[in-house]
Amino acid sequence: MILIAARGLAIGYGRTRIAGDLDLSVIAGSVTCLLGPNGVGKTTLFKTLLGLLPPLSGAVEMDGDDLSRLDRQTIARHIAYVPQAHIAEFPYSVIDLVVMGRTAHLGAFGGPRRMDYEAAMAALDQLGIAALAERDSTRISGGQRQLVLIARALAQRTRIIMMDEPTASLDFGNRIRVLDTIRALSRSGLAVVLSTHEPEHAFVVADQVAILGQDRFATGPVEAVMTSQQLSHLYGIELKVERTPSGRFVVGPA
Amino acid sequence: MRTATILLSLAVLLFAMSVIACGIGPFRIPPLDVLKAVLHRVTEGSDASAIDTVLFSIRLPRIAAAAFVGAALAAAGAAYQSLFRNPLVSPDILGVSTGAGLGAVIGILLGFPVILIQALGFGGGLVTVAVVAALARGLRGSGDVLVLVLAGIVVGALAGAAISLVKVLADPYDQLPAITFWLLGSLAGVKASDVAATAPVVLFGLAPLILLRWRIGVLSLGDDEARALGVEVGRLRAIVIAAATLVTASVVAISGVIGWVGLMVPHMARLLVGPRFDRLLPAAILLGAAFMVSVDTLARSAACIEIPLGVLTAVIGGPAFVWLLARNRRKVLP
Repeated sequence: MILIAARGLAIGYGRTRIAGDLDLSVIAGSVTCLLGPNGVGKTTLFKTLLGLLPPLSGAVEMDGDDLSRLDRQTIARHIAYVPQAHIAEFPYSVIDLVVMGRTAHLGAFGGPRRMDYEAAMAALDQLGIAALAERDSTRISGGQRQLVLIARALAQRTRIIMMDEPTASLDFGNRIRVLDTIRALSRSGLAVVLSTHEPEHAFVVADQVAILGQDRFATGPVEAVMTSQQLSHLYGIELKVERTPSGRFVVGPA
Repeated sequence: MRTATILLSLAVLLFAMSVIACGIGPFRIPPLDVLKAVLHRVTEGSDASAIDTVLFSIRLPRIAAAAFVGAALAAAGAAYQSLFRNPLVSPDILGVSTGAGLGAVIGILLGFPVILIQALGFGGGLVTVAVVAALARGLRGSGDVLVLVLAGIVVGALAGAAISLVKVLADPYDQLPAITFWLLGSLAGVKASDVAATAPVVLFGLAPLILLRWRIGVLSLGDDEARALGVEVGRLRAIVIAAATLVTASVVAISGVIGWVGLMVPHMARLLVGPRFDRLLPAAILLGAAFMVSVDTLARSAACIEIPLGVLTAVIGGPAFVWLLARNRRKVLP
């Protein structure tokens, strides 16, 4: 089932067109990995898919509805956003930050009720960080903070989660932990879209890869898209994709 | 649960401070007699006694005005701190106080009656923020926060320059003292009719902040995150700016410009109930009211002359703020 689709999408800010003719479909229970060098517009594409930026032409469709015609509350009930982990301006406790994920399910004038706290606790539990609930979210590690933001997206109870470079600035162990989490989420039926600077992460978690380069956009199954030739062209440096005897894929200079 | 207890304590504090303030002055009234007099007035009407006259014609209007001023400034400050994602923001960041000041000093210069001076102050505040918002829109299409703040600084500086010009033009023996006193804030001339005119406007402006308190808190996460969580950011921001401007301009019109309260009281409230805006707002409102009632009582009773409120809030607020910073840096600053 296609949850979200971009059709003939052109992205950019105001009159500045960054990329055009993008087509992408995301199905339930899949992981889509978005790769591309710095400055080609990954973040712009991300924001357009989230409906935070209007498309210059074409459309993003959610269940067949044009995203630009939907209000934020409706979109937020279907698509959750995990930003890059950053320190909030105010020292909210972890549970307070996670329960903010329930906003789209609250009335216009209401605050969270018992069931919303239960949903938030369940999300923390699912990621194995329930013990952090009462901690100050500005005083936990970067890896924990990333997991907390993922928990907030889970508390939002959407079918799609979009993660902006969820493994950036994490240490090695936390990267693996976050990738495992993404895999587990997709197995539970969620569609996950993530951007990353690590091609090897795409081999580990992705069902589908979308690459956004200066002059090209391609989507497809991981092994079809992630060839030595494509990646070399994408990053403008000679790269080679190799398969290790244990079956892992590694990407390195040719 | 804990928040409810703290809010109840703050309400009791506000009540106690008000009762004590009623009794303080050249004509002293013990707290119990204050309560008796109020009860008597409510059940049997005015008895034209000395206590009744002092209480209902002089002290209660002024105390009620102080409570409204403190509540409004603290609520507007807390809302702006969440909106601008900056704990060092105060209600006059968009120039509302300076604009109100300009309107009022022009009224004083032209020798208008008090009611018209207040109306000019109120109008000056609203017009200034409207100009700031329009300027920010024109510069950057949508309501970009940084452009909004910069526009506020520019327009505020212009209004400040205009105030200086009015001071130069004013009669130094008659008008200048009135202008100076107004710019430093005072509740000395407040009448019951002023309170009756201001209270509905303040309540009307506080209502959207109270109703939308959860979403205003979510706004503090930043525009993109708040929108992704389901908040219509542009609309909510416009509502918050309009509401905060309305309450600030309406209290500045009767009290003059009083600094520090809108910056410092939200921080004190944050120490009590934490950073969550839906808990912070009621705490800031109660604490702001109690603080202002205490400060105004000090202003009219500590010395043989009226001390300007702006002077007292700066003397109390400045050191208190430094103490907060030093003692609890994590909770005050990011």
